[in-house]
Amino acid sequence: MTMTKGESAKPPSPSARRSHVPSDGTTHASAVEGARRAMLDDARPRRRTRIGADVVCEALIRQGVDVLFSYPGGVILPLYDVLGDYPEVRHILVRHEQGGAHAADGYARVTGKVGVCMGTSGPGATNLVTGIGTALLDSVPMVAITGNVPGVLIGKDAFQEIDINGITLPMTKHNYLVRDADDLPRVFAEAFHIARTGRPGPVHIDITKDALQQETNAQHPTDEQMIAGLPGFRPNLDANGRQLKIAAQEIARAKRPVILAGHGVLHAEAWDDLVAFAEKTQIPVAHTLLGVGAIPEDHLLSYGYMGMHGWKHVNRAIQSADLLFAIGMRFDDRVTGNVRTYAPYARIVHVDIDPAEIGKNVAVEVPIVGDAGRVLRALLPMVAAVDPSERADYFAELAEWRRESESSSWHGSGAWRDGLLSADYVVSRIGELTDHHATYVADVGQNQMWLARYTGFREPNSHVSSGGLGTMGFSVPAAMGAALGRPDRETWAITGDGGFQMTSQELMTLVADRIPVKIALLDNKKLGMIRQWQEIIYAGNYHSSNLPGPDFAKLAEAYGLPAFRAQSPDQVDDAIRSAQAVDGPALIWFEIAEEQNIFPMMPAGKGLSDLIENWEGADE
Amino acid sequence: MTADPSSNGRTPAGPAGSPEGVPAHHVPPARALPGGGEIRRHTLIAIVLDKPGVLNRVASLMRARNFNIDSLAVSHTDQPDISRMTITLRGDDVAVEQAAKQLYRLIDVLKVQDVTSEPTIGHELALVKVRATDANRAEVIKLVELSKGRVVDLAAGSLIAEVTGTESEVDAFVGLVRTYGIRELVRTGAVVMARGSNSIEEATKR
Repeated sequence: MTMTKGESAKPPSPSARRSHVPSDGTTHASAVEGARRAMLDDARPRRRTRIGADVVCEALIRQGVDVLFSYPGGVILPLYDVLGDYPEVRHILVRHEQGGAHAADGYARVTGKVGVCMGTSGPGATNLVTGIGTALLDSVPMVAITGNVPGVLIGKDAFQEIDINGITLPMTKHNYLVRDADDLPRVFAEAFHIARTGRPGPVHIDITKDALQQETNAQHPTDEQMIAGLPGFRPNLDANGRQLKIAAQEIARAKRPVILAGHGVLHAEAWDDLVAFAEKTQIPVAHTLLGVGAIPEDHLLSYGYMGMHGWKHVNRAIQSADLLFAIGMRFDDRVTGNVRTYAPYARIVHVDIDPAEIGKNVAVEVPIVGDAGRVLRALLPMVAAVDPSERADYFAELAEWRRESESSSWHGSGAWRDGLLSADYVVSRIGELTDHHATYVADVGQNQMWLARYTGFREPNSHVSSGGLGTMGFSVPAAMGAALGRPDRETWAITGDGGFQMTSQELMTLVADRIPVKIALLDNKKLGMIRQWQEIIYAGNYHSSNLPGPDFAKLAEAYGLPAFRAQSPDQVDDAIRSAQAVDGPALIWFEIAEEQNIFPMMPAGKGLSDLIENWEGADE
Repeated sequence: MTADPSSNGRTPAGPAGSPEGVPAHHVPPARALPGGGEIRRHTLIAIVLDKPGVLNRVASLMRARNFNIDSLAVSHTDQPDISRMTITLRGDDVAVEQAAKQLYRLIDVLKVQDVTSEPTIGHELALVKVRATDANRAEVIKLVELSKGRVVDLAAGSLIAEVTGTESEVDAFVGLVRTYGIRELVRTGAVVMARGSNSIEEATKR
């Protein structure tokens, strides 16, 4: 057969067709027909044998999964049919698959375990995609499961069929299409191993409906068998000894060193190792957005949040450093700004578990590939103990810079311009009134930056934020997962009115499943960060950044969620305490100043020395 | 405070912003960006698991990471379930190293090696359907033979020549017969193997 673009199809001869079934009479044709029929009638037999869907549930239990965020649909129904037989796995019925994916993400970030979400084929699968992308960019261990149409219907544009495997291929660490139930035990064992090992990330498993229904005796592999089946996955955990020695020499020589701590420190659970290392070497620690919590912020050597909306003092320290010891971070453009003017005096030691991150964004002098915890523990005995007095001048200067920058951007009174409620004050009060002992989940935009800067983080994995993909609508569903993962502490979702309106359907999930998330809605009736950019970079052309919203208190109450409201600084503490007193989820509607900006700010493409610290009235 | 974003808030490059002993007027040198070296053709050899979709994974990754593949040849190896890819692409050493590292992240990729700077044998095969009339057929066949190729099909008005060799040898032949008229041309892209007794297939992943 030859096909050429632009030729019109020849009309068939009138008497040629007797059947409308393609390749009628072949086994393939009858398989297709059978599968189509099975999509309509497949009643569950009373006494059943072990099928693919059972294998999925067994695998989840074997992997220690205690909660599954999911939404049913046609082809995933065989799994729902058996789910009730496995009470070990708590099923949370989300109201949209994206909410399920973010919930699995939030669960994974606070527990360090693999989060699991699930949806059906077609739209169910594509709705998961934003959540999978969020997990990829932030290296969050996740397994996303989708159903697909029966194997023989793949490629026929069946109802709710989409090439989800092709869609998730570039946005997962690995993905699978399973058409045979006998493959399920191996695939699930591999998927969880890949998701959590080395640099974590999302893995997607697409399972055809017939594989879910197929009888199978396939046994779950041992860890050794599973690893033997993955010859192409051998992450380097231990660093090269020679490189460590060179790094130790760099550290010994440095007069103005700074540690840059990222998400990798948290993934490696290396927070204690980081503090021990910083204390022995007396090096101040700056952190990235996802590195929040790698060192308690009240620690003497914690210097603060770096980057585009980071503290000015932190960026000054980086710009004047003679050595950057970067660990578990990837020199994202939000961290470096213009690389040409980034840390011009510094030599760079870069530690990361992913060799592809080293030399990707900045050229570095000392590359070290390894797990953050193992590298820090190996390096600790190789570095000399430094007495704080040796760095007295350096520390005095850093302390002066810090005093200066904090006093210029902080609204301790809670009021901004004519007594309007300032967002930084709200966030800091939430931090204080929760004793800095809660999980704080950010959305994206100004609220995210206020949260990162003013909460005062003391504990690892207490800050959850969509840093890489910057997914608006992340906070409420992610907080849902975080609250289930860490029920021992309060969970706060801090969101703007824009992001909140993207996923507010999950309020019903919070209420229905009694998930005690406290939502702090910072409502400036704007897309605040967009408005800020338009004010500063686009000459005040405020197109589409005004965002009228509903009466959020009524909205919450319609879902059965107690709502509180604060419009001025003096109402903030009462509102927070009232929400804390609710046994279950609650929402606080903070009506904050509409035009407050977050400063300092580094315009995109500029360098860390080009911070904008204020605008117009200089009282931001 | 000014409202000019270009000057507002700029940290002065004074003593407070520079290491000890650096004078206030000193302008620090620009940090070198990764890469920026000489752009040339590189050859990567990837040993991969022969699984469904592995070619798609490699191609998708190269596209998503902004690398441009010149040619890509895939085949089985002597080991069951293992395939070999020869990828040629243009870029500087750092960019191609980044491409290799990204490839290495794929679970189905066992080994990646940049053989550009090593002594290698790199050949491709071309089939060329050349216009050949009764008048000049003998002449075309002579050219094919001189180019160490062979004629694999003869028809009225044309013939198919098969030539193998390095990229430039094939280029030269194609240039030579173009004057007679090329009706169809297909090239496999280079397959490359390093000289010497070392085997990339035997070296397993670290």
